[in-house]
Formats: sequence, C-alpha cells, structure tokens
Amino acid sequence: MRSSRLLAGAAALALLPLSAFAQAASVTKLDSGDTAWMLTASMLVLMMTIPGAALFYGGMVRAKNLLSVMMQCFAITALITVLWIVYGYSLAFSTEGMHAGITGWHSFIGGLDRAMLAGLTPDSRYQTVPESVYVMFQLTFAIITPVLIVGAYAERMRFAAMLWFSALWFTLVYLPIAHMVWSGPGSLLGDLGVLDFAGGTVVHINAGVAGLVACLVIGKRRGWPHTHMPPHNLGYTVIGASLLWLGWFGFNAGSAVAANGSAGMAMLVTQIATAAAAIGWTAVEWTVHKRASVLGIASGAVAGLVAVTPAAGTCGPGGALLIGLAAGVICFFTATRLKYRLGYDDTLDVFGVHAIAGIVGALLTGPFAAASLGGFGHVASAWGQLWIQAKGVGFTIAWSALLSVAILKLLDRTLGLRVDAEQEQMGLDLAEHEERAYDLQR
Amino acid sequence: MQWITAIIKPFKLDEVREALAEAGVHGMTVTEVKGFGRQHGHTELYRGAEYVVDFLPKLKIELAVSDEQLEHAIEAIVGTARTGKVGDGKIFVSALEQVIRIRTQEVDADAL
Repeated sequence: MRSSRLLAGAAALALLPLSAFAQAASVTKLDSGDTAWMLTASMLVLMMTIPGAALFYGGMVRAKNLLSVMMQCFAITALITVLWIVYGYSLAFSTEGMHAGITGWHSFIGGLDRAMLAGLTPDSRYQTVPESVYVMFQLTFAIITPVLIVGAYAERMRFAAMLWFSALWFTLVYLPIAHMVWSGPGSLLGDLGVLDFAGGTVVHINAGVAGLVACLVIGKRRGWPHTHMPPHNLGYTVIGASLLWLGWFGFNAGSAVAANGSAGMAMLVTQIATAAAAIGWTAVEWTVHKRASVLGIASGAVAGLVAVTPAAGTCGPGGALLIGLAAGVICFFTATRLKYRLGYDDTLDVFGVHAIAGIVGALLTGPFAAASLGGFGHVASAWGQLWIQAKGVGFTIAWSALLSVAILKLLDRTLGLRVDAEQEQMGLDLAEHEERAYDLQR
Repeated sequence: MQWITAIIKPFKLDEVREALAEAGVHGMTVTEVKGFGRQHGHTELYRGAEYVVDFLPKLKIELAVSDEQLEHAIEAIVGTARTGKVGDGKIFVSALEQVIRIRTQEVDADAL
C-alpha cells in the first residue's frame, strides 16, 4: 500500500528495513497479479494526461489555441519523463538517511543515491511488484501534476517559459511534496500522520495553488472578462472528462500498489464520489441557472474525482457519497463565481476546481477515515484526523504558493512569461507553433 | 422592374422557393447572413461566464422581377415565410434600372 500513514497501519512498510528499496526488494516475493494490475494502472494514469487532460482542457480554449494546450500537455509528458529518470525518482522516493519520527534534511527531500535509477535491475522490487513498474507508475503522477497547471495560464504563456516553469516547478515543488507525503517513515508530512492515499495534496492542491499563483503573476488574457471567450469544442471536453474518469481508476485503485481489497474499494468509492459530484454540481446549476449544462456536469465529475483521491484508500461508500456531493456543490460556486468576484483570470479554473476540490477532499478524508463514520483508516479520532489533514493542507498551500511565485517571477524577469499582444490575438497555435488545429476553408 | 431583397428564417427556404417558382420567378440568389431586428439573440453560459449572442442566423434572398410579377412574388414570400412570431424577417423592394444577361447580352425583361 502506497501511503505515508503511520496511523493507517501500513504494516508492510513498517516491517521493512528503514533504508533502501533494494533491501526491501530482496525480502518480498513478486506477485504476478499485483504486477499485471500496476502495469495496467500506469497506462491508465498516463492516459489521463494524454489524451485525457489535453482534450478536457483543449475543448475549453478558443480554436486558435487548441494545439498550444495539447502541445503543452504532450511536451510536459516527455520533459518530466526525462527529468524523472535523471533525478526525479531519487529525490522523491529515495529513503536514504530517513528515520521514523526524526525530522531532518531528508524529511523534506530524498537523496541522489538513485539518480539515473542507479541500482535498478529487472529483479528490483517495490513490495510485490517490480521496482521498474513502480518507477513508471509514480512517473505518471509526476507528469499529470504540472500538466494540471496548464489550465490556469492557457492562451497566453510562451512555450519556452512554460517548459522552464514546468521543469523548475517539478523540481522545487512537486518532488519535495511527494517526498514529504509518500516516502514512508521519516517523511515530514507522513510522520505527521497526514492521509493522502492517491495524491489529493501532492497532486491537486499542489497544482491548483500553483495555478492560482501562475494566473496572478502572468496576468489576465487581453480583453478578459469583457470579451467573449467561450469554449470552442465542448465535445472534446466531454471526451477528456470521460477519459479522466476512466483513467482515475488507475490513479486511485492503482495507489494500493496491489490487486487487492484496498484497490477494489478505492475503485468503488471513486465511482461513487464522481457520480455524486456530477449530480451535486448539476443540481445547483439547475436551481440557480435553470439549465443543466454539459460543461457543468463534466466539471462536477472532475471535482468529485479530485476530492475522493486522498480518501480513496480509507473512506467507505457513504463517506464517498458525501465527499463527492460536497465537492460538486462547493466547486460550482468557486468555479462560476469566485474568479469573477475576485478578478483573477484562471482560464480553465484550475484553482476553482482542482485546488478547492482537493482541499475539500483532503479535509474530509480525516473524519471519513474513522470507523465511526464508515471509514477504514484506523485513525484515533475523526476530528483529530481532520486537524492533522488541515496541517498537511496548510503546509502544501504555503510551500506551493511561495515557491511558485519565486519561480514565475524569476522567469518573468529573465525569459518573459507572456507572448506579446499581437501573438495573443493571433492565437498561440500560429504564433508559437506555426500550425493550425482547424483548416475548414479548404 | 423591381429588386426584392427578403430576409427570412432559414428553415423556410424550401417553401419560399417553391412558392416563388409557382409565381413565375425563374431565379434567385440566397446568402447565409446574420443580423437582428426586433427578435433578440440568445445567451450562453459557461461556468458562470454569460455571453449574449446578438446576431441570429438568417437567409437573404435576392431576386429581380417584372413590375407585374412584384405583387405575386411578395404574396408568395409573405404567405410561406410567415410564422406569426417575432423574427420572421422583412422584404425590401427597390426600383431596378437595368438587367443584362451576360451570355446573350439580352437586356431588361428578356433577361429576367
């Protein structure tokens, strides 16, 4: 079970020697069922990014920027893969120098002993699966997190600046947070007892907060909010949301790192929360606007997927229903009201959907992990766990916000974050890539 | 000779064309256009962003008729394009000075 939870009784992890994976590998036996599932789950999570997120986001931008968004998703996939091999996996998951309950330098970031995947062989294991599969599975999470931020700065960021931002953000924000939550005994937030089964904090709050910061630093699109900027192809968005929904079973059920009861329960609660959030968003929208919209139900589903992510290994079906419903209702208001009220141009609502649903989910994971509320998290108390979750959320928001501002300001001073006004008007597809998505006149 | 320009609802085109043919009109030009009169456009709402779409799709029919045909042509258009609801369109009539068929160089009534 991949998790940082001391309180959750991650017995397998606790029994392992405290140091390297290599030692852990030698004592566990490979399970072909677990391995088959994790091979599949890794592919499902990659599918969430390309083409899932690429279509979900691509449909919501104007036609002249479709390719730029898809290019950003695709290029980040390639870029992060290379960085992951060179140093990413090591900085995130090396357990060098870590000791349970002791806070030190390596509670924040892993060592470089696994750089270039040093020591990895076909016989290396992570628990019951080949370590190569675990490297691949975790890579797909590292890819989708910076991809989620694309939605916040879409339609105006320079491609070169986008690549630098993604690389630096991955290095300074994603890798430390992933290490602090998921690297096991001795990790900062793991030792605190923060529950984050599949990445509500590491992936969604982290990316959502960075998205808010990014759209504030880079500034509004020219003409926003007075100029019409409607989505150009909501059909793509629905296909993308559907691929995200499907792929999310790899994300959440795969986070059990085994084909077992925990994976099965994670799959079920993911389905429940997603449906509840889609219904929650749509019900509020129908009441407020007298219409049930396609973009609304797709957005609601994504909010539910995000919200159940940290809870997927610990909540029961009833908890999932309530977590999903809460996320759908709350995100309707944060995605349709908040940014106009506060005046920030988060193009595709990365903050309003991902950060907010992430926070709702991360907090509710606490109480709904308790047996008294139908959970399986073995937590001491529902409200005590809520407070622990809040500390994890607060820490992640602060870390992501501060470092994202620093990275973006640095890049703005050096490279420049934005395309110029003429290029923005022309659209990034032509201005940055000299290509067009649609050529319907010929 | 008269020049008729009619703005109609797109779904009425076939009926209007048939009625005009029965009234003895041999040709016309049809263009897809957008505009507004008393009929208001519609609104679209995407995650709280409301867009008012003012211009509605219509068809513009243009045809040249003889003075004798004018009344029948107008009756044909009004009789078929009318639904009784706001947005049925308008007919504009103006005097036409000269018509020339390019192939034969016939003029005026012979060219209609």
